[in-house]
Amino acid sequence: MLSTRDHNLKIILGQLYALWLREFKVFLRERSRLIASTFTPLLWLFVIGSGLGSTNLQIGTDYQKFIFPGIICMSVIFTSVFFGSYIIWDRKFDFLKSVMVAPSSRTTVFIGKTLGGMTTSLFQVAIILIIGMALGIDYNALSLLQIISIVLILSFGLTSLGLTFGSYIESLEGFQLIVSFVVFPLFFLSGALFPIDNLPAWLKFITLVDPATYSVDALRNSLLHLGTYSFELDIEILLLFTVIMTLIGIFSFKRMKAV
Amino acid sequence: MIIIENLVKKYGDFYALKGLSFEVKENEIFGLLGPNGAGKTTLIHILATLLKPTEGGAIVNGFDVLHDATKVRGSIGVVFQAPSSDDMLTGYENLKVHALLYGIPRKLREKRISEVLKLVGLEERKNDQVKKYSGGMRRRLEIARGLLHHPRVFFLDEPTLGLDPQSRDTMWTYIKKIVREEKVTIILTTHYMEEADMLCDRIGFISNGKIIALDSPSRLKQGIGGDIVKITFVDGIHSAKDFTHFEFVHRVEQNENSVIIYMDEVNSNLHRLIKDLEDIQSIEYKKPTLNDVFLKFSGDSLSGDNPEGGFMQRYAEYKRS
Repeated sequence: MLSTRDHNLKIILGQLYALWLREFKVFLRERSRLIASTFTPLLWLFVIGSGLGSTNLQIGTDYQKFIFPGIICMSVIFTSVFFGSYIIWDRKFDFLKSVMVAPSSRTTVFIGKTLGGMTTSLFQVAIILIIGMALGIDYNALSLLQIISIVLILSFGLTSLGLTFGSYIESLEGFQLIVSFVVFPLFFLSGALFPIDNLPAWLKFITLVDPATYSVDALRNSLLHLGTYSFELDIEILLLFTVIMTLIGIFSFKRMKAV
Repeated sequence: MIIIENLVKKYGDFYALKGLSFEVKENEIFGLLGPNGAGKTTLIHILATLLKPTEGGAIVNGFDVLHDATKVRGSIGVVFQAPSSDDMLTGYENLKVHALLYGIPRKLREKRISEVLKLVGLEERKNDQVKKYSGGMRRRLEIARGLLHHPRVFFLDEPTLGLDPQSRDTMWTYIKKIVREEKVTIILTTHYMEEADMLCDRIGFISNGKIIALDSPSRLKQGIGGDIVKITFVDGIHSAKDFTHFEFVHRVEQNENSVIIYMDEVNSNLHRLIKDLEDIQSIEYKKPTLNDVFLKFSGDSLSGDNPEGGFMQRYAEYKRS
């Protein structure tokens, strides 16, 4: 016989698996979602990458390669934060209500949902990584492990951010509008498209408070050996961001109205 | 099985529930009836721990809805007004997700899922996505889902709303089957009087957040005052005749050229009633239905003196459309 604690843990793991499984199945069945959301990053990579790459930039590498880490982050930012809108759908179609009357805690519901968002991001990044090989990006076991870790941490934090917004905002239209104000600055100010070493002080400051900056930098460290900060510092700051966002997300889910 | 004590729910200045108290017995089908916006769904949401009451409390299956919410949730099943399954998933997958949420051990899971699928007659369609289901099938899947974890109390919030007569009939069959096979206490809200009459052991009428009548369907109907006879006269020439001296007449309503008489045993007493009457144009006779009970009660409480109730009703209708 299992002890009560092990038994409870087993149930919670089962609940997390259930919530994740549902997101994953829906994701697999909505292939248009995957294709549409991979399209934008590729547009940036090829149009902006080749366009600006044809001018003579002093960045130490080919421009397309230079923004490749940034495009990975872009894909994670957009997918993860907009994933928060699914909690609004769940509320609209009462699926959430059916989960809320089950004996699972709000924390479990939140983490399960976040795991779903994280999986979605991971799939998208996988596609971009495959395209990266065509651009001449070299991966090895270590850099792949690093990329996956960075993507997992960043997407967990940003899905939490999206779900936090989703738990407060009632309409999808409102969500799109408000989240656009968050997503675009996160992306543009992360140094995804330009080096952050010689920026004017005000802009430099903003990039410092943008958590995505550290994911772009970590990826650049790992893939191109071109980081501004050390890989360890990047990861530490990312982890801190994700822990804080998770706590805020759990708090928001706990006070979210069930009906 | 359920004890409700002085339950109050306030939204701003509006009272959705104004101090409800009643009990639901084990293994009965208890019907909650009342006009839109009367507070039925609010009550179910509170009992299912989705809403917190402003005042008062309730015990469901021995657990307090305020302090033991998780235990309450473990022992109840709920079918909401609008189907809440994920329609991208198959029927089976929806059930699997919920079996996991309720912590049903792996060994029992598959067996129980097939059991409930069989109970609601969906085994054949279990691998189809729910978006391919008809309205009635969706509703049945919800019932299967609600029963997965052997709940002691089962809430059905308007289970037949928007179903065609045939699907509604099927639904009733399944609800009766559940009571027989699963031994649960059922709380059901509905707008359909014949549904309540046929299924429920007891009925509570809610209006404006208060219980205004609570009894078995047959006793409620008796409360109307017996059978109803309407006699219409030619050209309204009847002299206001007195019927109240008959010992079997309870109540008489005089209209311009007709009278409505509430009386016992029409079959054996009608001949005495009309013996001395002339110029009768027609006689209508009916047994009282729950509809008459409903109209009597909701008519009293929805007459213009309550703008809030009227507004909430219109609001509820607006939201539904």
